Amino acid sequence: MKNIEVKDFPKVYQDAHSALSDLKSGMTLMSGGFGLCGIAENCIDALTLIDVKDLTVISNNIGNSGRGLVKILVQDKIKKAYCSYVGGNPDLETRMLNKQIVVELVPQGTFSERIRAAGLGIRAFYTPTGYGTLIAEGKDVKIFDRPCILETALHADFAIIKAQKGDTFGNLWFKETARNFSPLMAMAAKITVVEVEELVECGEIPPEDIHLPGIFVQRIFQGSNYKNDIEFLAIQKES
Amino acid sequence: MSWSNEQMADEIIRFFKPHSSVNLGIGMPTIIAERIPAKLNIMIHSENGVLGVSGRPKKENVSPTLINAGKETIAIGAGASYFDSALSFGMIRGGHIDYCVLGGMEVDAERSLANWMVPGKKVTGMGGAMDLVNGSKQVIIMMNHFSKDGIAKLLKKCVLPLTGKEVVDIVVTEFGIFKPTGTQFKIIKLANGISISDLKIEENLLEKDQK
Repeated sequence: MKNIEVKDFPKVYQDAHSALSDLKSGMTLMSGGFGLCGIAENCIDALTLIDVKDLTVISNNIGNSGRGLVKILVQDKIKKAYCSYVGGNPDLETRMLNKQIVVELVPQGTFSERIRAAGLGIRAFYTPTGYGTLIAEGKDVKIFDRPCILETALHADFAIIKAQKGDTFGNLWFKETARNFSPLMAMAAKITVVEVEELVECGEIPPEDIHLPGIFVQRIFQGSNYKNDIEFLAIQKES
Repeated sequence: MSWSNEQMADEIIRFFKPHSSVNLGIGMPTIIAERIPAKLNIMIHSENGVLGVSGRPKKENVSPTLINAGKETIAIGAGASYFDSALSFGMIRGGHIDYCVLGGMEVDAERSLANWMVPGKKVTGMGGAMDLVNGSKQVIIMMNHFSKDGIAKLLKKCVLPLTGKEVVDIVVTEFGIFKPTGTQFKIIKLANGISISDLKIEENLLEKDQK
C-alpha cells in the first residue's frame, strides 16, 4: 500500500479479514458483481476462513462452478439467498432441490430497485414487473395505468463490494460493466466493505468521475491477487 | 425449408427501426448482435449495465470487466455508456428500450410468455426477463417451434409458470413469424415451403383469412 498508512485514515483497513472481523452468524450480507464480473474476491476468500453460519445472502448470482460465493455456499454457510439467476450453478441448484437452502428468486430489475430503495430511504414501491406471475403471490396489487405489485426495500448488515479504484474517504470508480449492483448495495448496507485494485489518496479521482460518493462506504482496503475470471470468453472470428 | 438461427435473426432485425435500442436475451437471441447492419445505428443494451454493445471483442481487446448479461466478453462501439443495474433497469421499466428479444419455452395466444422454470425439474431464475417483457416497447420471442418432446410451443394457454402476462408482441420460430392476438395466433410470414400443417398448432388457434 504505497504511501497510505492505515492508521491515518479511519475507513482504511489492512485487509479483508480485519474489515470483516465483526461479521456474525445470522447476519444479512450483500455481495456485488454480475456473475464473476466485479465480485469482491478478497472478501469472499476471507469469508471461507471466518467461522460464521446461517447467513442471508443478497447477490444476483451465487457464484458459479466453485468460484465466487459458491466457495461459502459449499461450506453451507448460507441459509437463505436472494438472487435473480441460478442457471449454470449446479451447487446451488442441488441445494435448492434438496431444500438445504431457501432461495427467493427476484426479478433482476425489482432486485436492483429494492436494494436502491433501501439505500435511499424508500420503503416500498409499485412495479408492473412480475404481475400475473408466481412472483406476485401474496403481494398487494394496485392498478395505475396497468396492474402493479408492491415490492419492499432490501436491507443488509454488511455489503462486500469491489471497485477498480477508491480513495481513503471511500469515493469509488468502477471499471466498465463491473459496476452493476455494487453502488446500490453500498448504499443499502449498514457496513459497506470495499476492496479496490488501487487505493489512492483523496483528490486523485476527479469529483466528476466519482461513481459512488464515499459517504456510503464505511471500510475500504487495498485488495490483492485478483483473478478477474472470465465466465464465457467470446472473441471475434479472425477473418 | 425451416429457417436457420441466422435467418431467424435476420427476420427479427427487419423489425428494428434505424437508431432504435434493443436488448438481447441470453441464448438464441445473442446471435442477433453480430448480424445487425452497422448502417441501422442500433444501440444494443445489456442489462448488466451497458448501452452500445458492438458484438465480440478482438482477442487483444478482451476485458474480464466488459461482459454482457450472458456473461460473455463483448466489445462496445462509439457512443456507448456504462451504468449501474438500477439505472439499467430504469431504462427498461421506464419504457426507453424499443425492443427486447428473448428466448421462450412457451408463448400463448393470450400474449403470455413462460421461460424461467419447469417446476420440480429446472430452475434457472428469471434474471431480467420479467422486467424486460413489462418494460420494453416491443417484446419479440425467438425460439424453436417445438419442445424437446416435439410439441409446438405456441399454445392456447401456457402451462409453465409465466414470465409475463399479456406481454408478447411477436414470436419468431424456424417456421415463421406469428403475432398472438389475445385469442389466436396470426401468421405474419411462413418460411419458404412451410405449410400450416407443419406448424402443429391447433386449427382454431390460427387466425383465419390470412392475407
